[in-house]
Amino acid sequence: MRHVASLRIGPVGFRVGCDWRAPVAALDDLYRDYPKPEIPDFNVHLFAARPWRRLLRPSVHIGGDFVIPDAAPLPLAQGLLAAEMGMNLQMALGQRGYLLLHASAAERNGRAVLMTGISGAGKSTLAALLMARGWRLMGDEFVLLDPVTGLAHAFPRLISLKNEAIPVMEAALPNARFGPSLVGTPKGTIRHLVPDARAIAAMAEPAEPALILFPRFGFEPAERPVPPSEAFVRLTQASTNYVNLAERGFDALTRLVRTVPGRAIDYPDGKTALAMIEALA
Amino acid sequence: MTLYRAAPAATLRIVPLDALTLIYHRASGITHVVDAPVPEILEALAEPLGIDLLLARLAAGYDLLDADPAALAARLDELAAAGLVERL
Repeated sequence: MRHVASLRIGPVGFRVGCDWRAPVAALDDLYRDYPKPEIPDFNVHLFAARPWRRLLRPSVHIGGDFVIPDAAPLPLAQGLLAAEMGMNLQMALGQRGYLLLHASAAERNGRAVLMTGISGAGKSTLAALLMARGWRLMGDEFVLLDPVTGLAHAFPRLISLKNEAIPVMEAALPNARFGPSLVGTPKGTIRHLVPDARAIAAMAEPAEPALILFPRFGFEPAERPVPPSEAFVRLTQASTNYVNLAERGFDALTRLVRTVPGRAIDYPDGKTALAMIEALA
Repeated sequence: MTLYRAAPAATLRIVPLDALTLIYHRASGITHVVDAPVPEILEALAEPLGIDLLLARLAAGYDLLDADPAALAARLDELAAAGLVERL
């Protein structure tokens, strides 16, 4: 591939090869403070389906070690999103060392709050708001659960802010670094927020899970305990590799839900959610 | 008369949680989330039993809401289909 970016996020190294310069330049800029892997764990390829489509109405196909057949390409203007999606795809389909939970996480005093839920529940926004409050951001997309130790490992990729979360975080962190506004993506407008220096510096440090949170945005404030069996079922649904890990996955997840309390919270805005989370954690 | 026996203990990882119990079936790699009286049935079927004797054991040991042999047979069919119980 003509252009290549290498970066490490938490314990995972990526090599992103690309037919175009711009997506790699965006990665190099936004991930400039991240370490480089010696040997990548996963390769991502961003390529033009036909040679002339590199120049003519350029559209970015996402490939790599693990691929979804027939995935729709993205316009070159959304090349950064394609790179992020490509890295996510490698994790979702190829990660074998950790139980992967589709969740955000933030840590304070060695205790990690894991937040999971459907798209729009507020995973990324709450993690970013906690970071703005001085918590250590562990990640906005994946939590890596070590089946041997039970510890949560960080995966602090760029925070993917969508639609109304973008102005919220621009106001909360006016001095932070943001990527370009990507308009008209399949999920609306997306703007990436670079995790702060502390999140990057501490990304190799795991933390003890202390709370499993199931947030829902857009409701009056409410809170209820989530029993271990419900947490287990919801987390198997939130894991892309639970089945692949077989008994290791079962052991890791049963250990998590037996030892860590679960809470569901409904919240109408970020301020309310932060108060609820900081009271619980 | 059909006799039933639980799958060998070494093939099952049974983890009681709250009201529900998790069973990881090593032979198939499938996780089952079960309610009472499934764990009790598996425990009783450590030795081969027919339906009548199994029902009597369960009724003696637990408060069965519905001591109905037909209902128990249906449960056993489901467990056999899942591989958690064997028909002998």
